[in-house]
Amino acid sequence: MVGIVGYGAYLPRYRIKAETIARQWGADAEAIKRGLQLTEKTVPGQDEDTITISVEAARGAIQRAQIDPQEIGAVYIGSESHPYAVKPSGTVLIDALGIGPHVHVATNEFACKAGSEAMYVAYSHVKSGEMKYALGIGADTSQGAPGDALEYSASAGGAAFIMGTERVAAEILFTHSYTSDTPDFWRREGEFYPRHAGRFTGDPAYFKHIVGAGQALLEKSKLAPKDFTHAVFHMPNGKFPQEAGRRLGFTKQQLEFGWIVPLMGNTYSGSSPTGLAAILDVANPGDLIFMVSFGSGAGSDGFVYRVTEEIKAIKDRAPKVRSMLDNGKIYLDYGQYTKHRHKIKLNE
Amino acid sequence: MISPRYAREIPQRYQLVAARCTSCGTIGFPPRRVCKHCRGRQFEPTKLDSDGKILTFTIIRVGADRFSKQTPYAVAVIELNDGTRLTAQVTDCELESLEIGQKVRLVFRKIQEDGKAGILCYGYKAICV
Repeated sequence: MVGIVGYGAYLPRYRIKAETIARQWGADAEAIKRGLQLTEKTVPGQDEDTITISVEAARGAIQRAQIDPQEIGAVYIGSESHPYAVKPSGTVLIDALGIGPHVHVATNEFACKAGSEAMYVAYSHVKSGEMKYALGIGADTSQGAPGDALEYSASAGGAAFIMGTERVAAEILFTHSYTSDTPDFWRREGEFYPRHAGRFTGDPAYFKHIVGAGQALLEKSKLAPKDFTHAVFHMPNGKFPQEAGRRLGFTKQQLEFGWIVPLMGNTYSGSSPTGLAAILDVANPGDLIFMVSFGSGAGSDGFVYRVTEEIKAIKDRAPKVRSMLDNGKIYLDYGQYTKHRHKIKLNE
Repeated sequence: MISPRYAREIPQRYQLVAARCTSCGTIGFPPRRVCKHCRGRQFEPTKLDSDGKILTFTIIRVGADRFSKQTPYAVAVIELNDGTRLTAQVTDCELESLEIGQKVRLVFRKIQEDGKAGILCYGYKAICV
């Protein structure tokens, strides 16, 4: 049996409300909240980035797995906001958590699906028998240009998953990936903010790939949507994952626990992985979980998980997603937000 | 901060690795070359507890150059549960609500940047729990 033996998530304490952003640009806050189906988003602290978020999420994963970090043979961090252009984020993480130095470390990039990509590669290493444990992380401090629709959703957070074969809490039964050349969202080298193709990001991009991967995964697994207790999809806003679920045949109830975007925003590479962590926080043995990520460019990774008895032993060993979403929030005004997000040009 | 010094201090800054004197057991943090208690020179590494409490604190309103954009911020002397004392910035907190005796936990954060193009320096800061 190969699957998740430990998981952890991390969300910063800082928040900004949709109203606060809308007020700055003279936009209609109620229309935006209704359209995007989100009310606020997480914002990284001035001392937080993809590396610190990954470290805290992975610390939770190790606490839950209760393994010797030295036994982890590979570490992959998927993000589109790695702090260094040249120097892998994982090099800092392994020294912070006592992993390695005998470990394979790499950085994954594939827009918002870099996290599920890291999870897939970690899972594949363990499945092949190459190593006992591998760590896959999705984390981001997402960028959205001031005044752009993305500014209401681009947020910060991430989740980490240790794959192994012993004391598995969520067995991975099936995977499927679906990829094509689709110019829906991109950021050119040297550009600070990403660009997107407006409505083209919907049907030809997000829905085509999520539904494409999802349908293939259902066929491969010979399972029907009604067989699943939970489902989670990439969450660029509140509306898209609900619609993707509807098109694949899932109900709102199946999406309920993983649909954390209204209070979290879009954590890009951390989006569906953090939704999965929120589901594992409440999952019961025997539950089937359906997950499909999406990364612009574009592609989707799908996973079918079966929760085991081990989940009961591990889920209370580290902070839960809902607790981080609901507690200890510090709200920012727009000026503080621009400082946190380094949107103000300063002299050296 | 220059790379050689930063790399040398990674175990203490990332993982709270202290030095325990093999003669008298005194823990030095940051690690010392000579024991402050018995002047011993043999040490073994030991990891400190990450939980503790604030012994005293101050609010920095005029920071050093690399911290000037973070003001105002709190710096505290913290006593960890194992008795070791250290100084750390307290982050993610409402400054008005900080108190002596407040329970804290050390977490992994970015401490400073070596300019716009230099290395990023990580280490421990405290959060209130």
